[in-house]
Amino acid sequence: MQDRKPLYLMTPALAWLTAFMVIPCLLILALAFFRRGLYGGIEYTFTLENLALVFDPLYAGIFLKSAWIAGLAALIAVIIGYAAAFAIAAAPSRQQPILLFFAVLPFWSNYLVRTYAWIVLLNREGLITGLARWLGYDAELPRLLYTEGAVVVGLVYNYLPFVILACYAPLSRLNPEIAEASRDLGASGWTTFRRVVLPMTAPGIATGFVFVFVLSIGNFVTPALLGGGQFQMIGNLVYAQFLTANDWPFGAALSMILIAIMMGLLTLQTFATERASGAKREGS
Amino acid sequence: MASLANPRLMLVILAAVFAFLYVPISVLVALSFNEGGLPTAWTGFSTKWYGELLRNGDIMSAAFNTLVVALVSTALATLFGSLLAVGVEIRRRKGRFLETIIFAPMIIPDIVLAIALLSFFSLLNVTMGLHTVILSHVVFNLAFVCSVVRARLKTFDWSIVEASTDLGASMPVTLFRIVLPVMLPAIIAGALLAFTLSVDEFIIAFFTAGAGRDSITLPMQIFAMIRFGVTPEINALATIVMAVSVVALTLSQRLNRGGLPGQ
Repeated sequence: MQDRKPLYLMTPALAWLTAFMVIPCLLILALAFFRRGLYGGIEYTFTLENLALVFDPLYAGIFLKSAWIAGLAALIAVIIGYAAAFAIAAAPSRQQPILLFFAVLPFWSNYLVRTYAWIVLLNREGLITGLARWLGYDAELPRLLYTEGAVVVGLVYNYLPFVILACYAPLSRLNPEIAEASRDLGASGWTTFRRVVLPMTAPGIATGFVFVFVLSIGNFVTPALLGGGQFQMIGNLVYAQFLTANDWPFGAALSMILIAIMMGLLTLQTFATERASGAKREGS
Repeated sequence: MASLANPRLMLVILAAVFAFLYVPISVLVALSFNEGGLPTAWTGFSTKWYGELLRNGDIMSAAFNTLVVALVSTALATLFGSLLAVGVEIRRRKGRFLETIIFAPMIIPDIVLAIALLSFFSLLNVTMGLHTVILSHVVFNLAFVCSVVRARLKTFDWSIVEASTDLGASMPVTLFRIVLPVMLPAIIAGALLAFTLSVDEFIIAFFTAGAGRDSITLPMQIFAMIRFGVTPEINALATIVMAVSVVALTLSQRLNRGGLPGQ
């Protein structure tokens, strides 16, 4: 097969990706360094103003808040997801694929619909309010929808299945004899979990955390729907620059930062995973 | 794992997590059949809200647009993505650059690709509409088709390709008569995945559809409706959309066991 040149098989796809992904992304990269025109257009003079503006206290605040929400959502998703993956991995091996299938099934349904489900639960005349009244709680409930908490819950809900998958992979590969050896040598169940199981399954946790964080920090649908109109995250800011404020260069600069955060985290995660597997190889 | 696990605690965790995952969408589905339409009172089973959907012209035209986008982009993506997969797997030498380009559409944040395409189309003065949504959807769809097909190609016996070429068949004939029949389940699985992704995709469509009312897709319509609050009609629509994705992806999964990305 070596002598065949299968380039022509790849040409249509690679041409498509070049035209509709590589070039547009390079364009955005370039846009970030141009000046905003007087009437919302683009003035083709080089500037670093857009990137500097990103670090303006006004926008830095939105960045920090986005990172806080994304970090919180990732942390909660990882805790719940790891517990769920652990419980699935501890189930009889014939049930595991079925449990895993049903854990991932909601992930396959529409993102908007899954987010909308929480509006149904949390809104003022929603199910939770109804339930509280039915239980005899007549006082005014605190507002549930259009809060920071609602945004975090929505993000956790949407990305949890992925975390379960990511954590299940290393847990299911774990050799049970290692845990047994630790117990035989006198370690308690908790110590065995903390000192043996947890470090060996850390790559799955890292993958899950990075995934939720990256998808959350650039998200604009969940903040828009569950956070209410006033709630701003980076995704909403980018959205506004392109569709309402008409400051494309600044929007481009914001999304460059978003990409930089994403690539940084993914590189860090690859590095950590490689180190972990390298250490394992040396140890064996 | 079982040696460390307290069975009762594991059961509690599983019950809690599955309740968290399924209660919200179950409530939604149940309410879509609630005659009165109010979330707080059950007044009887009815399918009248599904009937309302059929009479809603905006929803029906959005559904039609989504179907057009999903079918055309899936067809193109399946063709290009499958050829790409075969092309990549035939080569012995794997290029890191090539891998990155193929992998990128799956991990690039939607909003970044969306604004990149919006800028690209408007700087080229392309009038935006359903056609630009299709062009854009093919980008990520072909990457997903490629990854599903490649997963299956890992276990493909290349010696039958060599046998075919040794016996004098040209490459296109070999592809069509030898590779395609063996790979068909994976290709269909990839197409089903692409179809669902396209039906559900909102952000990129939202940015690349232009301003016209006649290029609104179903997720765009749902987004607009959700912003005005909860209605029994959205519940019914959401139930249908959810059912379509779950059926298509379960089928895809059955056709291609273990081949879905992330599985």
